[in-house]
Amino acid sequence: MSELQQLNDSLGDVDDRTEQYLTFLLGDEEYGVEILRVQEIKGWESVTHIPNTPDYLCGVLNLRGTIVPVVDLRLRFDMPAREYTPTTVVVVLNVGEGAQRTVGVVVDGVSDAHNILPEEIKPSPDFGTSISTDFISGLVSIGSEMMMILNIDRLLRVKALG
Amino acid sequence: MANILAVDDSASMRQMVSFTLKAAGHTVTDAADGKQALDIAKTKSFDLVLTDVNMPVMDGLTLTRELRALPAFKFTPVLVLTTEAGMEKKQEGRAAGATGWLVKPFNPDQLLATIKKVLG
Amino acid sequence: MSIDISQFHDVFFEESFEGLDAMENGLLNLDEGAADIDAINTIFRAAHSIKGGAGTFGFMAVSEFTHVMETLLDEMRNGQREVTSDSTNLLLEAVDVLREMLTAVQQKTDTDDERIAAVNKQLAAMLAGEKSAADSGDEDAHDVTTSEENAEQKIAGWQITFHPHKHLFQTGNDPVRMLRELASLGDLTSQLNDDGLPDFAELEPEDSYLSWHLTLKGDISKDDVVEIFEWVDDDCDLEIEAIMQAPTNVEIAVAQLDKNVADPVAEVQQESKSEPSSEPAPSPVKAVAKKAAASPPAATSIRVGTDKVDSLINLVGELVITQSMLSQIGDNFVPNMLPQLIDGLAQLERNSREMQEAIMRIRMLPISFAFNRFPRLVHDLSDKSGKKVELKLTGEQTELDKTVMEKIGDPLVHLVRNSLDHGLETPEVRLAAGKDETGTIQLNAFHQGGNIIIEIVDDGAGLNEEKIFSKAVEKGLVEADADLSPEKIHELIFLPGFSTADVVSDISGRGVGMDVVRSNITGLGGSVEIKSKRGEGSTFTIRLPLTLAIMDGQTIRVANENYIVPLISIIETLEVKESDMKYVSGKGELYPLRDEYVPVIRLYDIFNLEPTITDLEEGLLVIVEGEGQKIGLFIDDLLGQQQVVIKSLETNYRKVVGLSGATILGDGNVALILDVPGLMALYRDPSLAKVITSERAA
Repeated sequence: MSELQQLNDSLGDVDDRTEQYLTFLLGDEEYGVEILRVQEIKGWESVTHIPNTPDYLCGVLNLRGTIVPVVDLRLRFDMPAREYTPTTVVVVLNVGEGAQRTVGVVVDGVSDAHNILPEEIKPSPDFGTSISTDFISGLVSIGSEMMMILNIDRLLRVKALG
Repeated sequence: MANILAVDDSASMRQMVSFTLKAAGHTVTDAADGKQALDIAKTKSFDLVLTDVNMPVMDGLTLTRELRALPAFKFTPVLVLTTEAGMEKKQEGRAAGATGWLVKPFNPDQLLATIKKVLG
Repeated sequence: MSIDISQFHDVFFEESFEGLDAMENGLLNLDEGAADIDAINTIFRAAHSIKGGAGTFGFMAVSEFTHVMETLLDEMRNGQREVTSDSTNLLLEAVDVLREMLTAVQQKTDTDDERIAAVNKQLAAMLAGEKSAADSGDEDAHDVTTSEENAEQKIAGWQITFHPHKHLFQTGNDPVRMLRELASLGDLTSQLNDDGLPDFAELEPEDSYLSWHLTLKGDISKDDVVEIFEWVDDDCDLEIEAIMQAPTNVEIAVAQLDKNVADPVAEVQQESKSEPSSEPAPSPVKAVAKKAAASPPAATSIRVGTDKVDSLINLVGELVITQSMLSQIGDNFVPNMLPQLIDGLAQLERNSREMQEAIMRIRMLPISFAFNRFPRLVHDLSDKSGKKVELKLTGEQTELDKTVMEKIGDPLVHLVRNSLDHGLETPEVRLAAGKDETGTIQLNAFHQGGNIIIEIVDDGAGLNEEKIFSKAVEKGLVEADADLSPEKIHELIFLPGFSTADVVSDISGRGVGMDVVRSNITGLGGSVEIKSKRGEGSTFTIRLPLTLAIMDGQTIRVANENYIVPLISIIETLEVKESDMKYVSGKGELYPLRDEYVPVIRLYDIFNLEPTITDLEEGLLVIVEGEGQKIGLFIDDLLGQQQVVIKSLETNYRKVVGLSGATILGDGNVALILDVPGLMALYRDPSLAKVITSERAA
C-alpha cells in the first residue's frame, strides 16, 4: 500500500452526515447542543438583573454592544443553584427562528465535542430523565455515559424566558 | 471600446444604461439634462451620444442642435431615445440633426445591438 | 450577455414616488383655464418618466395606466385641452391609483384591479370626450408594407441603389455602416458609383458624393433591408428591387420606409360612449389587498448631502491624528507625560462627540418630507367638508431623524384631520362669529433645546369643554361630580375609548383615537399637549427627541441597583418629610405638589426588589411626567447624568413593562432605562409584572 493510502486509511472515513455536538455538564448529567448553534463560550461576568423575571433569568449582559439575556440552566431545570465563580462557564447560543436570537446559558462546565450520526440519536423515553422531555430532542450513548441532546429553541423560547 | 455620453433625467434609466454599456466595455459619462450634457461636451469629446428627449432645463432635441454646432460633435453619432408616440416627431429629430433613434422601452440587449450598429 | 436590470428597480421606485409627489403638487397648484405651460410640462415629464421606466423594467400595467394620463397631459401642454378642475381632480385620483399600483408592485402584493379599471375608464372617457377622430391611444395601427410578400415566387435577394444626399454625414451617419450591416445579412456585392465626385479642388470633405449599386443575395426579408436604412431614409435616394428566383417580371416596389405612421383611417372608432366625467365611478368592491407578510422591512435608503459627508471625513481625519498622538505617548510613556496624556484623552473625547453629532446629522432630514402630504390632504378634506381652509407651513427645513419622521406622519395626519373636522367651523358659522370665512391651520416646526417641536394650530372653535366632560362621564371615564380645570378636561380627549363624534366621520377616520396618537408619540420618546380657548382655536404641541438612539439620562439608585431615568421626563427632585404626605385609602401615598396630588411609587415595590431604604426621609422623590400625568418615584439616591445610547431589549429578549430599553455604561455594564408610562401602568395594575413560575423544565 502506498504511503498516501495508508494515511487515508488511518484517518478513517468521516461520514458526511455526522453532526458535531458540544457537550456540557450540569451536575451529574451530560447535555449536548449542535455546535453550529454555539456562538462562543465565555467566563462568567456580572449581569444586570431585570425586575419581575423568573429566578432562572439571571439578567442581561453586554456582548460587544448587544444586550444578551443569560439563563441559569440549573435553575431552569429545578436543580439547586450554585455560586458563580470566575470558572463558571456561559455558553452563548443562537436560538429561535433562523437562529436569530442570542441567549447565554450558565453551565457547570464544558466537555468535548462529539461527531454523531443521526441514527445514533435515540428518542428520549417519557420517564427516567431528569428534565421534561419537551426539551430533549434525543439521547446518545457516548462511551458509558448518556448524553441528552437539548432542544434549545424550545427551551429558550421567548415565552420561556419570563 | 467607445466613449459614450448618456443623457436622461431618470436616475434609474441612467443607471441601467450606464451599467449595460460599461458591462460591454464602454466608458460612460452621464448627465441628467441637456444643459449638463452640453457643458460636459464642451470640454470632452465622445464617440457617441445617447439622449432622452423629454428633460428639464434643456430637452434632447435642443441638445442635439447645440451639439451639432460644436466642431467636435459635427459628425458624432447622436441617438435619441424616443417612445412609440414620439416616432411621429421623427422629422423633428432629423431636423435637429439626430443620427438615429432607439425606441423606448428597450432592454439592455436592444441597447447594445443599436450601439454596435452605429459604432461597428 | 444577459444583464439583470432588476438591480435598478429600487431607484426606479424611489424616483417614481418622487415623481408622483411632483405631479400631485403640480396638479394642486394648477390654475384653471390659463395653462401654465411650465407647470404642465413638469407634470407631463414626471408621468412620461414613470411610463418609460415602467416599460423598461417590465411593469406593463403601470406603463399602460400612465400612458393615458400622459396623453391627457400632453394635450394640455399642447393647448389642445383646457385645464379644468374636473381634469385636475381626475388626474389627482389617477395619481393616487398609480401610487397604489407602484406600492403593490414594489411590495409584491395585490392591486385593486376594479379601482384601476374604473379610473382608467374615466381617463379614457375624458380623452375621447373631445375627439371624434380615431385616436385609439394604446393601439398602434400597423400599416401593411406594400412590398411584395414572398407569396408565390421565392426571392433570391435584392438589388439596392443607395444614393446618400450630400449632407448625410452631418447627421452623424456613415454609409459604411449601412454597407456593413447589409453584408451581415447575406452575400453582398457592391459597385461604387463615383460620378458625383467633383474635382479635387472643389471637394468638400464633409459632403457625400458617392453612391452604390448593391446586390444582396440570400433569403432576406425586405423589412430587414429597409430597417438598415431607417435612420437615413430622408437623407438619401433608395431603391430596393427584389431579385426573383425565376427570371420573371420584376416589380419595382417602392419601399415604404416609414413603418410606423399611425393609420389615420377613421375606421377605428372609439366604442365606448363618452361618459361625463363628473359622474362618479360606481364604487367597486375592493379586492382585499394581500397584506405583505411580516417579513423584515426592505432596507431603506437615505440621501445625504455631500457637505455632511465631507465634515465626517474631516472629523475622521482629526480622529486619526489624535489616535497617532496617543499612540506615540503610549510608546514612550514616562510618568511626567501625564499632562499630555490627559490632553490627548480630552481631545479624543471631543473628536468622539463631534463625530457622534455629525453621524446623527446624517440621519436627519428636513421635516418637509412629512409636511408634504398636507397640502393635498387639506385640499381634499376642505372640498369634502365644504369648509374653507388655508394651510400654512413654517419651519419645513427643520431637521429630524428619518425614522422619527416616518413614524410621526400618521399622528400628524390625525391631528390635522381632527383640527379640520372638529376644530374649524363652516364658513357660515365663522362669518356669524365675526371671523374670516376661511379658517387657517398652521403646521410649525422648530428646534428647542435638544428637541424638535411641532405645533398644529387652528383658529377654529376650540375644545368644547362641556361636551367633552359630559361624554367622558357618559363613558365612565370621570365621575360626574369631579371638579376639573379646563386643562384637565382637555386632557380627557387622550383617554382610550373617547370620541366626541356621534357618527365616526369618514374624515377623522375610524378606530384611531387621540389615545393612539399620544401613545405613538410617547413611543418615540416624545410628548403631546393641548392648549385650547373657546371660540379662538386650539394648539397641539408635539415634542420629540432629535434622535431615537441617544438620550440624556439620569442615573438613579434603588435597592442596590442602578437605573436610568430619561432626563426629558424629570420635572424635579425633592427631599420629603413624613408630615408632607397624604394618605388616601385606595389611592396609596400622595405628595402634594403645588396644586395637585402626585402618587408616590416605591420602585422596589413594583420591581419586587429587596429594599435598602424604606424611610421616606432617607431617600429622594423624583417627580417625573409621562402622558400628561405626574408621579413621584421614591429612590435611594441620584447618581450622575450622561448621554446614553439606547439598546433594545427586544432583539434577544422581549419588551419589559416599565423599561424602555437598556444601555451600556462606560464600565461595560448594562443599565436598564425606565419607562415612565410603563411604571405608571405597573403601579395601577401589578399583575402586569408577570412572573412566570409555571414554565418549569423539570
